[in-house]
Amino acid sequence: MQLVDEFRDARLAKRIRADIEELSTKAGADETNPLQIMEICGGHTHTIFRHGIDKLVPRSIEFVHGPGCPVCVLPMQRVDEFLELAERDSVILTSYGDAMRVPGRNGSLQQCKAAGVDVRMVYSPSDSLEIARKNPDKQVVFFGLGFETTAPATAISILQAAKEDIANFSVFCNHITVPPPIRSILEQADVSIDGFIGPGHVSMVIGTRPYDFIAEEFGKPVVVAGFEPLDLMQSVLMLLRQIVEGRVMVENQYSRVVTRDGNPVSLSALNEVFETRPSFEWRGLGEIESSGLRIRKQFAEFDAEERFGIGYGSSVTREGYRDQYPCGKVMIGKLKPFDCPHFCKDCTPETPLGALMVSSEGACAAYHQYGGFQ
Amino acid sequence: MCLGIPGKVIEITDEETNLGIADVSGVKRTVNLTCVAGCGLQNLVGAWVLIHVGFGMAVIDEEEARETLRTLHELGDAQEELFAMLAGDQAVQGH
Repeated sequence: MQLVDEFRDARLAKRIRADIEELSTKAGADETNPLQIMEICGGHTHTIFRHGIDKLVPRSIEFVHGPGCPVCVLPMQRVDEFLELAERDSVILTSYGDAMRVPGRNGSLQQCKAAGVDVRMVYSPSDSLEIARKNPDKQVVFFGLGFETTAPATAISILQAAKEDIANFSVFCNHITVPPPIRSILEQADVSIDGFIGPGHVSMVIGTRPYDFIAEEFGKPVVVAGFEPLDLMQSVLMLLRQIVEGRVMVENQYSRVVTRDGNPVSLSALNEVFETRPSFEWRGLGEIESSGLRIRKQFAEFDAEERFGIGYGSSVTREGYRDQYPCGKVMIGKLKPFDCPHFCKDCTPETPLGALMVSSEGACAAYHQYGGFQ
Repeated sequence: MCLGIPGKVIEITDEETNLGIADVSGVKRTVNLTCVAGCGLQNLVGAWVLIHVGFGMAVIDEEEARETLRTLHELGDAQEELFAMLAGDQAVQGH
């Protein structure tokens, strides 16, 4: 196993691998009846493929690549709604590079930039705020994207804009939260996931407490994991131990960064600026109750939906955008990417039809790049 | 965007808005330290923080930071993150 030798501690990696093999047999799993482990976070999907961890573990373990890639689950409609702003004068649109390639019906942000619209790729919402300071005659709108990991940065930037009274800065908010889609997946009758690898950096913000319901209500084990290959191997082993010993709980493998209660400053900023939307659409999964964040009324002037009457702030009915592709089935472990009729045929990273081909953290893009072909 | 990258805080530049400069693999970048300022902003000088989208989100120890950087560099993720930082600087300059 060449890959194992490249791990930080190759001996430890080999021992974990042997233990995983032994425990998965004890758990009664085999190649035809594998244990399904869902890694929720797109960052973990990325690590699994880049380090070949899916091939390192025995075939009695099957990774299901969950809904934790914010670019992948971003509805095409949100890109279109944001680009409605491009038709206005004196607007600068700003976005993380990750969202630039997401195709809308009228093209992507990148294509609009090429067509002459002032779209700027920023690293941070604070870059966007700085652009607003430097261009007081322009409306600067930030495409807020991501889970609880990046949402505090957006919240703190809005608080700063309010403090400085920066009147030309607003956020088109697409922030979403991790626990609701997991509940939604677990409530589906035909889902047979045996355990969850919890996201590391989301948990750095929210702590491990919000996952308690997965163990308590649904009887499934959870291990919150770090991002190094050894972290993921160790987390699989911790899940297997729970399964074999008949324990069901939320464990924390990433205690170097994650605590039970999360980061109090980040949580307080989130709570001050955002409230839960009644429902938000996830590409491939549909509308999920209480899964999105919106900007509180108190900060309405920094909410692009309110300021410009777009998106959920528009009176136009949102319909006709349902995906006809089976991405949602891949995200809940009911379909492997290579079993999708579009995979690597009309759906490729260059011309993505479905969500999971858009970002390198998407399961289909990862299969395409790292040889998931079978 | 989601991965984050470790950086070493080298100075505090604005106490009121919790801003500092971090050295991220040789690139100096302004970072917002609000979320990690609990133990005193000045105490962060010399400390390693995990940086997400320009915000220090957790204080980590040096060994953890170096190991994470090593993994990120090996696979090209660090380069992507540094590229995004430079792109952000250019966006502020009007590109």
